[in-house]
Amino acid sequence: MTAVSTTGPVLSLRGVSKNFGAVAALTGVHLDVAPRQVVAIVGDNGAGKSTLVKILSGVHRPDTGSIVFGGREVTISGPADAHALGIATVFQDLALCENLDVVENLFLGRELRRGRLDEVTMELRSWELLRQLSAKIPSVRIPVASLSGGQRQTVAIARSLLGDPAVIILDEPTAALGVAQTAEVLHLIERLRDRGLGVIMISHSMEEVRAVADEVAVLRLGRNNGVFKAAEVSSQDIIAAIVGADALPHHPHRPHRGENRGDE
Amino acid sequence: MSERPLAEPAAPLDLLDERLRRGAGLRSALTGILERIRSGDLGALPIIVGLLVIWTVFQALNPVFLSSTNLVNLLMESVSVGVIALGVVCVLLVGQIDLSVGSVSGLSAALTAVTFVEAGWPLPAAMAAAIGAGAAIGWIYAQMVTRLGVPSFVATLAGLLSFLGVQLWLLGDTGAVNLPYDSDLVHFAQLAFVPAWLSYVLVVLAAGWLFATGYTLARKRRAAGLSARSTRLLVVRSAGLLAALGFAVWYLNRARGIGWMFVCFVGLVLALNYALTRTGWGRSVFAVGGNAEAARRAGINVRRIYTGAFVLCSSLAALGGMLAAARLAAANQASGAGDVNLNAIAAAVIGGTSLFGGRGSAFAALLGILVIQSISSGLTLLDLDSSFRFIVTGLVLALAVALDSAARRSRASHGRA
Ligand SMILES: Nc1ncnc2c1ncn2[C@@H]1O[C@H](COP(=O)(O)OP(=O)(O)OP(=O)(O)O)[C@@H](O)[C@H]1O
Ligand SMILES: [Mg+2]
Repeated sequence: MTAVSTTGPVLSLRGVSKNFGAVAALTGVHLDVAPRQVVAIVGDNGAGKSTLVKILSGVHRPDTGSIVFGGREVTISGPADAHALGIATVFQDLALCENLDVVENLFLGRELRRGRLDEVTMELRSWELLRQLSAKIPSVRIPVASLSGGQRQTVAIARSLLGDPAVIILDEPTAALGVAQTAEVLHLIERLRDRGLGVIMISHSMEEVRAVADEVAVLRLGRNNGVFKAAEVSSQDIIAAIVGADALPHHPHRPHRGENRGDE
Repeated sequence: MSERPLAEPAAPLDLLDERLRRGAGLRSALTGILERIRSGDLGALPIIVGLLVIWTVFQALNPVFLSSTNLVNLLMESVSVGVIALGVVCVLLVGQIDLSVGSVSGLSAALTAVTFVEAGWPLPAAMAAAIGAGAAIGWIYAQMVTRLGVPSFVATLAGLLSFLGVQLWLLGDTGAVNLPYDSDLVHFAQLAFVPAWLSYVLVVLAAGWLFATGYTLARKRRAAGLSARSTRLLVVRSAGLLAALGFAVWYLNRARGIGWMFVCFVGLVLALNYALTRTGWGRSVFAVGGNAEAARRAGINVRRIYTGAFVLCSSLAALGGMLAAARLAAANQASGAGDVNLNAIAAAVIGGTSLFGGRGSAFAALLGILVIQSISSGLTLLDLDSSFRFIVTGLVLALAVALDSAARRSRASHGRA
């Protein structure tokens, strides 16, 4: 089930730091993602997870450190660079244009055109994508402002699937989703992995992390605080790493893996 | 495409959701429009109603108002500020503002007159210089806004004063330069009218084009399994346009007819509408106006979009100023002064372009300027001077902005952006 990759990482962060004024949001962070691998990044609020995501997607430039993509050191100086490399991102704040409709948002920045915009093909592709995610969206020609939080999140996820990315980054993708859609997204993450993509997922739910992740990277106050094999670590250990309390009483009971696997 | 639901094979792919209360026929198109209006998505309706009210009132006060002669004039007078308003629509769509369009148009008028008349340049060179100056001004604004982070209303307010100064300096001590009546530019703005037969041909072409584009789109959508407008609806729509335009043209042709200048203005409106709705650039403009950060993250070069909008705005302002000078056959210190600035911005807003960015259309400039010019013409016919014109135009602008804000709130509560 868990495809352990044998190839090298498709994307690596090497000692990346980022300061916002006096706040050191990230300090010397390392991270590796291999093809066919799901890496979960966990950490408390403000641990720097979203900042990490924004560095990978070209929204922020790192202050120090380097990014290696496909074995080559790269500079990601803007979102367009990240797209060109094949890094797709679902942002925590979704980054949708509320005045545009679903189709327009999905294809924003990479519209299909045949001379002029090819609306019909874009609309077809949109339905196809949304159906893949079991999206409950009544119409793709209504402005995103009129969608519910979960529907918007689905749109943001669908958008990241366009354009054949090599690495896909999901910043709390299930935060606003219903039961069925959450299961669908987790299932999708597995399918993406099986298609050979590297997936970085951020989540606050231990259950989800343990359900789909191969590796769990813990961030604490902007620093690495351990990388665990998801199959070999207990929730308690992860939580201890997140809050940084060695003193946390170690629970001897280990929850059975596989209990919450079949939730599609 | 492999797993298209089989439950209702007749229903188009995009109408499968059971919560959708909508079909594709004539009746459902009508109910759809009513529902949109109720939810605050007013479209062009308030402005058309407003225009009818204004016309009725002025016609009641002075029967000359709706005469062919007056309407012919009204259309010709509306072009220069209308062209400027078209540029204002562009900056408003990206969520910025340009308060200096009046000054820039005045500067352009002066520049055209001075280079053409006093320096003896050929007309195309003089025109190109004026529009080039406009483009350069827009580029400077864009740099100030995108690189220095100056709010656009401050940058353009500074420009308003500076370029007024340049205009006065260019015009020199006399303060006015007359354009020769026999020049092509003045002829174009005052005497060039479309022959009657050609105006009817244009009307038929417009209606035919509306039907043809609608029909090919509907066929393509149906072939792809999507809902599409019924052919009957398309025919009704085109016939409606044919009748309305046909009547208007017939009525105007009882006097001098339609000026080429107005036809060119409509052409500009259609071109901008095409660019805004059918090209990637237009999509980016709306995206930047709606959520600039989201647009940036989608890989759009936001700075370039801002620059394009400012350059387009100032260039169109320059063109508008040139046409105003041509219409007057002179450039003087009053060119672009007075209410030109506010009228252009008011036209864009009254026509339905949101001050909050990301909403509006090229047609806003056309509809808005018709309202402004109708008020202006009506008050002039009543022998009321510019003081009244200012007051009334100001009130109409306030009303339009209030309507924009109210519609925005209503959209928010009805779930439309
Ligand atoms: N644009 C910014 N300007 C200034 N400080 C920022 C900015 N973005 C993030 N920070 C700071 O960086 C730190 C990390 O923020 P980040 O958003 O990465 O946290 P997070 O791990 O995603 O938290 P959460 O779980 O709440 O989403 C916080 O202290 C935050 O205040
Ligand atoms: Mg976050």
